[in-house]
Amino acid sequence: MFDNISILFQAPIFAVDLLVQGLLIGGIFVLAAYGLALVWGVMNVKNLAQGDMVILGGYVAYQCTLWGIHPILALPIAFVVLFVLGWGVYAAIIRRVVDRDMFTSLLATFGLSLLIQQALNLRFGPEVKIAEAGFGTFDIGELSIPAIRFVGLGLAAVLAICIVLFMRNSRMGQAIRATSQDPRAARVLGINTDQVYAFTYALNAAICGAAGVLVAMIWNIQPFYGLVHSIRAFIIVTAAGLGNLPGVIVAGFGLGVWENYSGFIFGAEFAVAAVVGLLVVVLMVRLFQMYRLRQVVR
Amino acid sequence: MRFLKMDLRAATVAAALTVSLGLAAAPAEAKVEGDTIILGSAISLTGKYSTNGIHAQNGYELGVKMINDNGGVKVGGKSYKLKVVYYDDESTPARGAQLAERLINQDGVKYMLGPYSSGLTKAIAPVTEKYKIPMVEAEGASRSLFTQGYRYLFAVLSTSEQYLASSIELAAEIAKKNGKKPSDVKVAMAFENDPFSLDVRAGVVDDAKRFGMKIVIDDKLPRDLSDMTSTLTKVKALKPDLLVISGHSKGAATAARQIAELKISTPMIAMTHCEAAKVISKFGAGATEGILCPTQWAETLSYKDDLFGTAAEYDALFKKSFEGYKNVPYQAAQATAAVMVWKDAFERANSFDSEALRDAIADTDMDTFYGGIKFSPAGNNIAKPMVLRQIQDGNLNVVAPLKWASSEARHPRQPKY
Repeated sequence: MFDNISILFQAPIFAVDLLVQGLLIGGIFVLAAYGLALVWGVMNVKNLAQGDMVILGGYVAYQCTLWGIHPILALPIAFVVLFVLGWGVYAAIIRRVVDRDMFTSLLATFGLSLLIQQALNLRFGPEVKIAEAGFGTFDIGELSIPAIRFVGLGLAAVLAICIVLFMRNSRMGQAIRATSQDPRAARVLGINTDQVYAFTYALNAAICGAAGVLVAMIWNIQPFYGLVHSIRAFIIVTAAGLGNLPGVIVAGFGLGVWENYSGFIFGAEFAVAAVVGLLVVVLMVRLFQMYRLRQVVR
Repeated sequence: MRFLKMDLRAATVAAALTVSLGLAAAPAEAKVEGDTIILGSAISLTGKYSTNGIHAQNGYELGVKMINDNGGVKVGGKSYKLKVVYYDDESTPARGAQLAERLINQDGVKYMLGPYSSGLTKAIAPVTEKYKIPMVEAEGASRSLFTQGYRYLFAVLSTSEQYLASSIELAAEIAKKNGKKPSDVKVAMAFENDPFSLDVRAGVVDDAKRFGMKIVIDDKLPRDLSDMTSTLTKVKALKPDLLVISGHSKGAATAARQIAELKISTPMIAMTHCEAAKVISKFGAGATEGILCPTQWAETLSYKDDLFGTAAEYDALFKKSFEGYKNVPYQAAQATAAVMVWKDAFERANSFDSEALRDAIADTDMDTFYGGIKFSPAGNNIAKPMVLRQIQDGNLNVVAPLKWASSEARHPRQPKY
């Protein structure tokens, strides 16, 4: 471990390498986590199928490459496909669990996650798939960085900006925010909250789908890879807190960087442990902060 | 409600009766029906192992078909046909063990073929052992299968610790040829954290120790592996002479891709499953040039037998018999070899008694298109080596061991990224 840390000091170029690579993938983590925060915050549904929707989006991209469509163009396609699918899932399942207690929604979305995994396995088989964009590698000095990672970050940023603008300015965006603040008051004021919920869930699915396209281009996808994306999204949202968009962005990029550094320093087997360890630290710090705050109020 | 309860009770009794009757009636003489010998196998036709499970099933079927078409199995002067009863274990060990019980207890199967993967074999072996039913398996390579003292388990394939050990030997040879000491060689290892890959790792560590090589990286990759950036960055920093990787198909796909993306310049790289992951067609001949891939079997080897002819002839026959194969996976070839072991054992034992058959299998010493087969007292095959192939201009050429090599190993590798 100390050998690995000393490498980073002796040859700082590798520290920069890890930093850049981490930042470049952080954008994808932000997308999936933002979607989760949206559904969690607005509907109080903890969507355990989050990662599986990401993977589903990845398979849409893969299917597009089979049809000869470039995976970049698959991004809007996956967005639309997953939006429609998300709406359908809401109407069929989520609608019935929105008002129930937490465990009902956890169970329902867990079931959904299993369903997506097995359906993908039946259709595409268990081998890993890649939607190859064919952009090659970018050389900056001694650094070699896959160009697709830059493209991915750019696309993630564009998508994120669009969503933020939409939430701020559009009528539906305002309705979503109003519902998240107080669903009863929103209903009194004439907002069709059922429709808002449906739209929110569908939007989340669409964001996941887009993130999945990026995952399929940058890494690879397999029917059972959803879980790790779900875990990342939950970690980010938990660390950042609900309804804290800047927090989600910082936590997402931070997670990308920290995963790379901890993999380098402690070895790949401890990368996830290091990430969860960091989450524990963040939660402890928060707890103490709140504790102090409470004393002041008292 | 009362009615319902009574109904339920009656139904339970009826079900129990049916099951017990079925159990009592079935096993009578089901092992050999008329002139057909029944073999049984739980195999992964759905679930995460289904791709290779189906390869294995095709291998079994081709073996059965060829044996039946060429005079069948001769026992006691009479010719018998072979037939295999399959159940789908859904790639889950618990289901595999259940199905093995069912094959033995309900269907009366007395002769077993193995499932796919070490995990499933581990689940089924205790069952066949309990009922003293011999099982010839072709898809479970884990070394730990052969340290349990199983008496009825036999495997035609080379065990997992041999997978990449030959690459260490090759690195030592090359070091000597270049006037360096083998102990100067620096090895980087990246292995998935699962029983199979850790077995492979144990073999590499043993051999590296034997040559006194220095292990500079020893990373264990997570199961849901899709990013190796941090490990490969370490490789860039520490510049090892040999990089060995094992993580099933997904590990090979991830590694081959990111090695090219990050322009890793390690002179020698060896990884398992490059063929199953189709790395050449996915990432191009240039990017994968020089990567070493171990294999249980290759169609270019000069192994042969009387039934299938040479390895190349088996390859051609397999492609003709099953659609959609560009390359014949070794999983299929070794499955066929397992059926051949059964035929050989029946004929030598000249009996259907499972104890006599177990002893006959234990005494197996035969040459097949898949290589020599001779079992150690522990049940693993010691007559067939793993071979190492290198990706050379987009082709997989055998480079080690020297006895079977068709080309010379290219060193250092010269990929075009």
